[in-house]
Amino acid sequence: MARQKTILFACGTGIATSTAVNVAVTEEMKKRGLTFNAQQAKATEVPGLADSVDFIVATTPISASVTKPVIKGLAFLTGIGKDKVLDEIEAQLRK
Amino acid sequence: MSNGLMQLLDPEAIVLGSDASTNEEIIRILAGRLEALGYVKGSYADAVVRRESTIPTGLPLERADNVAVPHTDPEHVLKPGIALGTLKHPVTFANMEDPDEMLPVGFVFLLAINDKDKQIEALQSVVATIQDPQALDGLRSARTLDDVRAVLG
Repeated sequence: MARQKTILFACGTGIATSTAVNVAVTEEMKKRGLTFNAQQAKATEVPGLADSVDFIVATTPISASVTKPVIKGLAFLTGIGKDKVLDEIEAQLRK
Repeated sequence: MSNGLMQLLDPEAIVLGSDASTNEEIIRILAGRLEALGYVKGSYADAVVRRESTIPTGLPLERADNVAVPHTDPEHVLKPGIALGTLKHPVTFANMEDPDEMLPVGFVFLLAINDKDKQIEALQSVVATIQDPQALDGLRSARTLDDVRAVLG
């Protein structure tokens, strides 16, 4: 079995929208048979944490200095385009 | 429909059909309610307004009246709570994901959050409401608390 991947969920405060997105992604990936480690942080903390995670799901803009993949997570708040983002996350987890 | 949000909204923190004309005005009206009700410190309103100008919270729903979820850091919060404001005329909030884009917002959920692990249900209820066009349409025409209850159960 592949190493369990780590997703960093980021938003402005690190506790509000990133929590909602983390819960939604966890539920949906479970349905697809995938689990992962989750971390949450403020968007401003991402550059310092990115090295220790596999990729980032963020509801706010992330510094261009971050080289890990950044997936936009706003779809989990608006409901618009959610399936496409879930496919992107699944693809990253299966890498 | 019933998504449990009504249990989390303080009836005294619901403002329907507000005349507010800017995002700061509606944030301060709702923050004033949360402060008077003991949910947040006096520093909360300024902190939310400041944060909204740098890390905005408008959510694009492809509607003429979108949603914003202003909030701030936990140190300004005394206990978790949610205030709801509906606007007579949409006010402008910037898009959370793309702060250069301005959105007309007709619904404001002002969040007082201080512990992410204990407020997951509250956040999920807000998200479920945001994603339910019928609920938003119902809130837009709501004029009384009973109207809101009928929409949010």
